[in-house]
Amino acid sequence: MSQHRLDYLDLLESESIHIFREVAGQFERPALLFSGGKDSIVLVHLALKAFRPGKFPFPLVHIDTGHNFQEALDFRDHLANSIGEKLIVRSVADTIKEKNLTEQKGKFASRNALQTYTLLDTIEEFKFDACIGGARRDEEKARAKERIFSVRDEFGQWDPKLQRPELWNTYNGRIHKGENVRVFPISNWTELDIWNYIKRNEIELPSIYFAHDREVLEWQGQLVATSEFIQLDETDKVSVKKVRYRTVGDMTCTAAVESTASNIDDIITEIIATKTSERGETRIDDRVSEAAMEDRKKNGYF
Amino acid sequence: MDILRFITAGSVDDGKSTLIGRLLYDSKSIMIDQLEAIEKQSKNKEDGEIDLALLTDGLRAEREQGITIDVAYKYFSTPKRKFIIADAPGHTQYTRNMVTGASNSDLAIILVDARNGVVEQTRRHSIIASLLNLPHVVVAINKMDLVNNSQDVYNNIVIDYAEVATSLGLMDIKYIPISAINGDNIVEKSPAFPWYEGESLLHILENVEVANDINYTDARFPVQYVIRPQTEALHDYRGYAGKVISGIYKKGDKITVQPSGLESTISAIEIGGKEVEEAFAPQSVVLHLNDDIDISRGDVIVLKDNQPSVENELDVLLCWMGNKPLIPGNKYLLQINSRVTRAVVKEIEYKLDVNSLLKEPAPEQAGLNDIVKVKIKTASPVPFDSYKKLRVNGGAILIDETSNVTVGACMIQ
Repeated sequence: MSQHRLDYLDLLESESIHIFREVAGQFERPALLFSGGKDSIVLVHLALKAFRPGKFPFPLVHIDTGHNFQEALDFRDHLANSIGEKLIVRSVADTIKEKNLTEQKGKFASRNALQTYTLLDTIEEFKFDACIGGARRDEEKARAKERIFSVRDEFGQWDPKLQRPELWNTYNGRIHKGENVRVFPISNWTELDIWNYIKRNEIELPSIYFAHDREVLEWQGQLVATSEFIQLDETDKVSVKKVRYRTVGDMTCTAAVESTASNIDDIITEIIATKTSERGETRIDDRVSEAAMEDRKKNGYF
Repeated sequence: MDILRFITAGSVDDGKSTLIGRLLYDSKSIMIDQLEAIEKQSKNKEDGEIDLALLTDGLRAEREQGITIDVAYKYFSTPKRKFIIADAPGHTQYTRNMVTGASNSDLAIILVDARNGVVEQTRRHSIIASLLNLPHVVVAINKMDLVNNSQDVYNNIVIDYAEVATSLGLMDIKYIPISAINGDNIVEKSPAFPWYEGESLLHILENVEVANDINYTDARFPVQYVIRPQTEALHDYRGYAGKVISGIYKKGDKITVQPSGLESTISAIEIGGKEVEEAFAPQSVVLHLNDDIDISRGDVIVLKDNQPSVENELDVLLCWMGNKPLIPGNKYLLQINSRVTRAVVKEIEYKLDVNSLLKEPAPEQAGLNDIVKVKIKTASPVPFDSYKKLRVNGGAILIDETSNVTVGACMIQ
């Protein structure tokens, strides 16, 4: 039976495609939340495998905080264009204006919390009943307990008490009007799985994932790109370093890592050798408190 | 490199969290920042020891509300395998949690405290492993350091457990003495047990044969979605998207669609947009048929000479997971793979005592964590196989139509 063996990437891929098709089969108006980061790029790739030669049964949706890396935005447009799928962009800046929201202040004033408002408005505007996202359970301990089909109430809130038992490969996506489901097809993938899959399938990525020269601020052991979105003080140490990004989020809360890795093989070598977790090394927003992610998820965040 | 999914059964007192922490730590899956976070919390900081159990610690919401989320998933890998641990918390709701975690596991590690031996809880965990038809069981006899690494203690527990295993018909069982807290026999074979002839726990986990657990004989393909581009170039394209949950499909195979009974032949098979000659479990594929017949989501495509049962009366071993009790006569939705049908639980035949496996007289209602034998009638015929024979096509869930919550796990007999 040796010719009938699948390796771990084939198994993960098949599971994810199965989840994508369950979304297509169970929901009326799904959406794929697309950020331009590597995890959502892999999601798009999996969706191509799940639905081609048909069209995606959902649009790509990007909640643009206005603090994104230009490279990620360009790549977003390029990818949506090249696969010929619909892209919906909604802007956090617009929500702030319309709803008179108060922006965070301080050195790394982040719109991370505010993007939840735009996300919930967008869900309401298009009456989305399922939002597919690229969260992985290995990222963080609140994520480790997330179901693959995660039911949210009409305020987008994740209530650990409402989590449905998820048995076998049977997904219960039934909801009441107003509720929606967040679906995570790559729940069981780790960071390294993602990179190995990108390598095997020769998936194109935004350039910021590879080593490049960038002006950065050294802040509590992390390297934060200088930009119009962060405040520099006179005492700040700013220099040009060779860096790459391990995750791509907002410029205000994503840190770079020093690296000379200019191709996927070098990146994989570095990831295997690294002693710091993906979020620990690159996310300023998870450092606030031990339960930072848990709190944001409960408020409707991914 | 493939994947092994396993569940760890045992309570905090058995050292379950320490064992998981140890596997993650010793396989270098814990990163420095995560370690620093638990160091901060470690209670026994003075002696410099890190409390590995904290790695599986709950969320703040769980602590505050005094609840546990049924399963947390943890990941690690070695050059041989990727491992997915379903960590189901113990205590009162354990039956429901373990059933959920075990439903997609290949193996269960059943932890036994060497000081206590085989106890009621060990039996309960083993019974659930057998009900869920887990192919492999590893009995990890923990805290051996607290019984002076005694071979006699170990042997007596093995003899006791073997009796339980025989009565349950558990298939592949391995025994191992360990000390999770000291790391003995976890990653490397430990000199603490010179009398032990087997391999380390990680070695066992790396080498358990799971590919043979896949059934390549009884081909089942539940249709999830029909791909119809309806463009000019692909006007006649009609592909049935789904996952081969068991068996093998080849181009030219004669097939039957259940429950309609319509027949056709496979004209093409696609994987990721490429045409292939055959597809096998558990690949996600697209099937094309020679005839334009009526097929939709929830139908199952099977080979003509190997049919599942197709019935609307089901004998079911049911694990009740709802907070509200199961009342015979109530209507639910039954979902098996992609098929959903209305169902009514007609009667409870008996209740299973999960500590003794004895059949108790049928209660009027079944409550949370009860395992009962029921008769279910469905509104339309369901294609299925007995759970014992084919897990992937014999497990179903019950959904409460008014709350939409998953309230029951069905193992169809």
